[in-house]
Amino acid sequence: MFEVEFALNIYTNPKKDIKPLMYRLKLTIWCSLLLVSSWANAALEIEISGGGAQQVPIAIVPFAQGDVQENIANIIGADLRRSGMFRVLETGGIVSRPTDVTQIKYAEWAALQAQAIAVGRIEVLPGNRLKVSFKLADVLKQNQLVGMEYNIAPNQLRLTAHKIADVIYEKLTGEIGNAASRIAYINKAKGHYALQVADADGENPQTVVYSGEPIISPSWSPDGTKIAYVSFEKKKPIIYIQSLMTGQRIVLANFKGNNSAPSWSPDGNKLAIVLTYAANSQVYTINADGTALKLLTKSNAIDTEPTWSPDAKWIYFSSDRGGSPQIYKVSALGGEAQRVTFEGNYNLSPHFSPDGKLLAMIRNDGGKFRVALQDLTSGQVQLLSEGAQDESPSFAPNGRMILYATRIGVRGTLAAVSSDGRVKQRLSESGGDVREPTWGPLLN
Amino acid sequence: MNKIMLNKKLLGSLMLALVLTACKSAPMAEKPAAVEDRTAATQSAPKLPANGADTSAIKEVVINSNNSNSALKDPSNILSKRNIYFDFDSDAVKAEFRPLIEAHAKYLLAHADAKVSLQGNADERGTREYNLALGQRRSVAVKKSLNLLGVQDKQIETVSYGKEKATVGCTNDACYKLNRRVDIAYESD
Repeated sequence: MFEVEFALNIYTNPKKDIKPLMYRLKLTIWCSLLLVSSWANAALEIEISGGGAQQVPIAIVPFAQGDVQENIANIIGADLRRSGMFRVLETGGIVSRPTDVTQIKYAEWAALQAQAIAVGRIEVLPGNRLKVSFKLADVLKQNQLVGMEYNIAPNQLRLTAHKIADVIYEKLTGEIGNAASRIAYINKAKGHYALQVADADGENPQTVVYSGEPIISPSWSPDGTKIAYVSFEKKKPIIYIQSLMTGQRIVLANFKGNNSAPSWSPDGNKLAIVLTYAANSQVYTINADGTALKLLTKSNAIDTEPTWSPDAKWIYFSSDRGGSPQIYKVSALGGEAQRVTFEGNYNLSPHFSPDGKLLAMIRNDGGKFRVALQDLTSGQVQLLSEGAQDESPSFAPNGRMILYATRIGVRGTLAAVSSDGRVKQRLSESGGDVREPTWGPLLN
Repeated sequence: MNKIMLNKKLLGSLMLALVLTACKSAPMAEKPAAVEDRTAATQSAPKLPANGADTSAIKEVVINSNNSNSALKDPSNILSKRNIYFDFDSDAVKAEFRPLIEAHAKYLLAHADAKVSLQGNADERGTREYNLALGQRRSVAVKKSLNLLGVQDKQIETVSYGKEKATVGCTNDACYKLNRRVDIAYESD
């Protein structure tokens, strides 16, 4: 067991000048310029309590990195720690600082009870490039497990650290890592709403859209380049799709009544959406360019919160057609719906694990709204969270963690729990009311 | 003829109001711009009325609407009551709101050019999308009540804010209840 707490604040962080070009604030003058720029400075804090039963003890030696400010070993260590699969050892007591496998004195690290050791260095290349070299070694077998070299622009250093963490994670656990991915969420502060995107560690938050009216239901395109969301800026819910690279956006659906609950198909060509166009909330499919609208569900009840199964064959959704809100599924081509949840009198917000085997949802557990996980093969259900108003569960790219929002007092904050329930984290944003997180795909 | 011109001026003043409102609440993307919105805002700006005559027209409309609104705003008149409350996870319009709905129906039938927006809301419990759908169903339930009393759809718009405008941090039903409601908003309000 361990407990870690670290506040990451980009006010004091020198990485500010190496933000990726695509995110550099191209502030076109509009009304609330000052408010907008203050949004970009909110950072997330991360707390971890509990841990996996079998954590790999690993030493991450500070990289030789000269004048490069960003502490790459710290970023890698934090990523591994947060996964719950690693015990990152304190290396301060060891005098030697190997930067390559040949320099490792294995006895020192064996005495520290490290099973694995990561070493590396950063060299500054001509033309404002950096060369990051990294090697991972097995302390007991005294051999190299993997080595990587990255030739990068300075603004890719954090991403490179996350990629190295994912290489280590994969080599030592046999599964892909989640560190080189991003999360999106809605941050409400001072009566305004911001759709923000941050790195999976909560760092580097960037505002995608800012509005005086509510923004809800963000949904990542499968390739991570766009986000669909619902904005009330025109005093009614309208669905937009916005490119993260260019900031350009299109209106996906602006029909009479509500337009909401966008969810991308796995191939990114279509979305399932909810309209009240004809009458009550019903699920439709629509091409990502706004064409080919098609009614999918037909009921006199509320049908909403559609989500595609990873094999694209099914669309799962919430409906109160049976009296209480439950989760149903319908073929993506249409047809009769079948009920999926039977335990409890209130199950909403279905979200699939990447392998399609687990379904996360929100369950009313005696008046408390909590994250539950249903095994779709066995039907078994497990409650995973402990809040009173938990919402929006979404899986990490490797399916190990589930990100959701929980309420502390009157403010929402981000939390994550491993899909086996053993590792729990809280990512609290200072000052805002954070809601509706959604975990995006891995970055290339 | 006069009325048409007035309406055009009214439209102009409404556009001005819209642009100003948009600015006040700053519904804008940060760096990634809402392309079509910005274009709309910048294009409509040059069309704004810029002379004295238009200003007086704005005044006229305001005075007129105030006059026609007096019954709607008079605290002693039932028409000033605009909130219809609901039970948990329900869109059934309760009998106690019958007189209120009847009064608004009567007003709408007597004022064919009056328009209402029925804004559905939900308490903070449950998911956002489900509550959005529930708020919509509540606003439609009130619309149907008005329809049954003879009010035409063209005078009614239904909107849902779900739980997005709800007071958060409620600990009892007296508090939750206040969020489970449909607000009747007149276009002239």
